[in-house]
Amino acid sequence: MKLLAVERLRVAIGGTPILRDVSFALGPGETLGLIGESGSGKSMAALAVMGLLPDRAEAAGRALLDGRDLLARTEAELCAIRGRDVGMIFQEPMTALNPLQTIGAQVAETVRVHGAASRGEAARVARASLDRVGLAAFPLGRYPHELSGGQRQRVCIAMAIALRPRLLIADEPTTALDVTTQAAILDLLRRLVAEDGMGLMLITHDLAVVAEMADRIAVMTEGKVVEAGGAREVLRGMRHPYTRALIAASAPRSRRLPRIARTPRLEVEGVTRDYPGPRRGLLGREPPVRAVRNVSFTLHAGESLGLVGESGCGKSTLTRAILGLDPIQGGRIALDGHEVRAGGHMPAAVRARMQAVFQDPYGSFDPRWRVARLLAEPFHLVEDAPRGADRARAVAEALEAVGLSAADAGKYPHEFSGGQRQRLAIARALIIRPKLIILDEAVSALDVQVRAQVLDLLDRLSTRLGLSYLFITHDLNVVRAVADRVMVMKAGEIVETGPTARVFEAPQHPYTSELLAAAPVLEMTA
Amino acid sequence: MTRNLRIGAALAGAFALAALASFVWTPYDVAALDIAARLQPPSATHWFGTDHFGRDVFSMILVGARVSLAVALVAVGIGMGLGVPLGLAAAATRGSMLDEAIMRGNDLVFAFPALLIAILITAALGPSALNAIIAIGVFNIPVFARLTRGAALSLWSRDFVLAARVAGKGRARISAEHILPNLSSLLIVQGTIQFSLGILAEAGLSYVGLGAQPPTPSWGRMLAEAQTMIAFAPWLALFPGLAIVATVLGLNLMGDGLRDALDPRIRRARA
Repeated sequence: MKLLAVERLRVAIGGTPILRDVSFALGPGETLGLIGESGSGKSMAALAVMGLLPDRAEAAGRALLDGRDLLARTEAELCAIRGRDVGMIFQEPMTALNPLQTIGAQVAETVRVHGAASRGEAARVARASLDRVGLAAFPLGRYPHELSGGQRQRVCIAMAIALRPRLLIADEPTTALDVTTQAAILDLLRRLVAEDGMGLMLITHDLAVVAEMADRIAVMTEGKVVEAGGAREVLRGMRHPYTRALIAASAPRSRRLPRIARTPRLEVEGVTRDYPGPRRGLLGREPPVRAVRNVSFTLHAGESLGLVGESGCGKSTLTRAILGLDPIQGGRIALDGHEVRAGGHMPAAVRARMQAVFQDPYGSFDPRWRVARLLAEPFHLVEDAPRGADRARAVAEALEAVGLSAADAGKYPHEFSGGQRQRLAIARALIIRPKLIILDEAVSALDVQVRAQVLDLLDRLSTRLGLSYLFITHDLNVVRAVADRVMVMKAGEIVETGPTARVFEAPQHPYTSELLAAAPVLEMTA
Repeated sequence: MTRNLRIGAALAGAFALAALASFVWTPYDVAALDIAARLQPPSATHWFGTDHFGRDVFSMILVGARVSLAVALVAVGIGMGLGVPLGLAAAATRGSMLDEAIMRGNDLVFAFPALLIAILITAALGPSALNAIIAIGVFNIPVFARLTRGAALSLWSRDFVLAARVAGKGRARISAEHILPNLSSLLIVQGTIQFSLGILAEAGLSYVGLGAQPPTPSWGRMLAEAQTMIAFAPWLALFPGLAIVATVLGLNLMGDGLRDALDPRIRRARA
């Protein structure tokens, strides 16, 4: 018998259908990959199985756990099932943990809620559970903020598996983590499934992760399962056009024909950036923290340079130094021969040669401004900036250049989707015709298909306008698709530089090899 | 317009109207004593009854609204007008000497018990409505400065501020164009709360005799005078008490409603 069988599950909120006849099944010891883009309904399906649907949601159909319908249970019965029979882990391990409780107390709580366990017994189970997820070296008395992102996710997993549930639901468990950490967490999940014979429902938008982990795959879009079956068959067969589109978008390929000039556009020589150390005592300070150490590189006109590294390696600090936002403590940065210096020393004309696109498509626009005003903000740097009708025309042109319509100028940013907002951010960067655009994790928050479209747009713009890009990301797939050359950064230093193909095929530095090995790869065997 | 905003605006509006109306019309002269008609319960001739001097309570409430609203309005104005720019400057220069100076100055004001200082000010300068305004206003400054700085700091770390810096805008300009508008809903809510606290503080000061001086009626002093007569003339305490409660409630509801109405995200979502 199947462990979990969801049959013709329909969920509607306020009359709007969210899930339409969703069916999938999962056996003990099996991993089901539920894939889809944001808004496809995959998280809603998980919430339905957990009995955690929003209050206004109406559900129909069946969700059988061991043959008994979860949808027909009362809240009290569901409370007994959650945590004991079904465990769940979430995307953001920091918000899933209570910052004021020790990790031991939080894992023990799950045990105490469900049973007759005494305080001491619960603590013992918590210890054993934390040992199993590889946190044997951590005392129960640690607080979440004392742990790294990957360790926090391990605590969440320990909570979920403390009572050895039969079914584990993991909703984007590694999306917020670096590649090497992601690889370790996926390994752990695979091991736990094998040891306990749990069923694992893995919800993700990352096809490569699913390809590595899942026995079965269900592809969702617009609240429907469009294709389901064994992992291999689905990935090889790609019968449904949506699956094909998703797979094509997951491994972006560049059609870029770079025209790289000899002239250096951006020169970075021996740049060092220190942060003042934390305060000690009334006047004293700890020694400064060196975030960027002696970094040198040259970016040529028309070139697209990738900068890869994991979170905390100093790549964003370097970006801010290049943009002239923060002072540097050593070295020199020059753009087209003009020195870049933070603060008031930097002439607007130099600043106008570069623009930036930031990661968060939701945070990079003032929510109170309309698009026309937002896009025109960089005109502040231009002396004879167009006014009135000319300015409106420039905004309209920029909107059309990124595939939006001139009529969008009157809207507020929250009226756009994530992908559209990233187009807006590119339009804002383009409006004063800079020579260099710095893209700081500019596509990391986007769904694969949207990401592919935005990358395509960037490709076309660079060819048409002769732009140079500095592409900062932790996503190796993206770098591979867009960069002509790659730099790998670790702990504030550039450890390897070279043409993209060479670095990916024959990495010289051990850290590069480690990164490449950790990145899940989607085998394109079909 | 939400229901909260409608109810709140109606209550607060009613008192603003009462305050304005009292300039041109009151049913009776609030200074006129009529000992023959003293301590009458509410009736058709005296809607809210009369006090121990035979003054009409309804008329006194109308004129008292004028004093309360004026004191609170100017006090909040002082607090916002000085506190918000100080908070913005502190956030824009985070960690600098200016930031330290502003925030430690705030701490200094916060460290004194507000009511005690108010009593000190009015004792030193003499009890009057003006001195009550100054006393309440001074204590509003750090409230707004601290709120502004805290909220502005989190805005300074947002990407859209980074984008504005990439566009070459300076700190003062970013504070005015990006930070302040995004704080407006917060400030409006805090403003209405401080406004209602101002009304309460004014009532408190005049209760102990340090606010507006007789014969100007004030809600706080009416309560104080009603205290000894509560057993046989409860209306004397009831109506000024209700006036304070309704005004404070109305202002709070209006603050909530305004915040929702001013936020473009919530406004569009509802439309």
